[in-house]
Amino acid sequence: MIYLELFWEFFKIGLFSIGGGLATLPFLYKLAETHPHWLTAAQIGDMVAISESTPGPIGINMATFAGYQAAGYPGGLIATLGEVAPSVIIIIIIARFLSNFDKNPKVENAFYALRPVVVGLITFAGLKLLQIVVYGEGVLNGRAMIAFAILVVGVLKFKKVHPLVWIGLGAVGGIFLNLGG
Amino acid sequence: MKVRLIDLYVAFLKIGGLTFGGGYAMLPMLQREVIDKHGWATIEEVLDIYAICQCTPGIIAVNTATMIGYRKRGIVGAIVATLGEITPSVVIITILASVLTRVQDFAVIQRAFGGIRIAVCALIVQSVLTLSKKSITNTGTVLLFLASVALTLIAGLSPIAVVVLAIVAGLIIGKVKERRAA
Repeated sequence: MIYLELFWEFFKIGLFSIGGGLATLPFLYKLAETHPHWLTAAQIGDMVAISESTPGPIGINMATFAGYQAAGYPGGLIATLGEVAPSVIIIIIIARFLSNFDKNPKVENAFYALRPVVVGLITFAGLKLLQIVVYGEGVLNGRAMIAFAILVVGVLKFKKVHPLVWIGLGAVGGIFLNLGG
Repeated sequence: MKVRLIDLYVAFLKIGGLTFGGGYAMLPMLQREVIDKHGWATIEEVLDIYAICQCTPGIIAVNTATMIGYRKRGIVGAIVATLGEITPSVVIITILASVLTRVQDFAVIQRAFGGIRIAVCALIVQSVLTLSKKSITNTGTVLLFLASVALTLIAGLSPIAVVVLAIVAGLIIGKVKERRAA
């Protein structure tokens, strides 16, 4: 039953992705590896772009998108419900029983190691996507590498510019310069 | 006065539908709906809830909705607020995804997404650098960061295993520090 499997896979993503935003990215990559008929690694880049350009939390947008890719209209809803189910359960438990959860020394200790590791996981996902972009067809794509270098400099120099602008520039560049290869 | 479920749903529907990005991006909308308009919480309470929601699994925006919903109307409130928060995403993304699947074979769309993926890589670089400043601050955290990249990229370990290992490592490091201090 695909819907049950979809719910379970996104339940696990919701349970283990800590830190919000792009934190679900590495899990989606793993999902593309284990369930290639659901989504491909390249599609994940498109999902990030669409999720950043539309309202709503990025993690939720990506869950809906991936679920839709995997199993159509019901898939989007089921994946999203799967992803939020663990949070709802955990937050209710914390709200009810653990009033000083964030000040517990054990939680603080766990987070000392979790924070850099989550950055590492997002780096892993970013490198995977970069590999697809510049080395997708087994040869180095020089134009894509130059475009990436220019965009990184731009993004880091003009921090206040909305991500939507960079995504739009990427789209225009892609159409006119055929950057994707 | 008892908070109505429909008010909870609509408030978080608006927050979800008018927030671009996640995490802190929702704070202005949260302040308008939850603090100014309905008076369901004070700014201090919201910041406390935020602190808790950042150290629990899941999407921060959803965690915040669940927490405020729970405080106002118990378990039902938690579920209703969460459903409100995710409704706009589910509707908008489903529509976009179905349109995209229909047009994805056009050459112009493929070219556009070829460029968009590069922009996404650049945006991820920015996110990683911003997050690093707050979380990678000394030799220990640098090593943890490198270890997680190596374990996923080279050893092919699943992110779930890496997260579990990180929690264990954090607890052990904490214990060692306590012993040294004692």
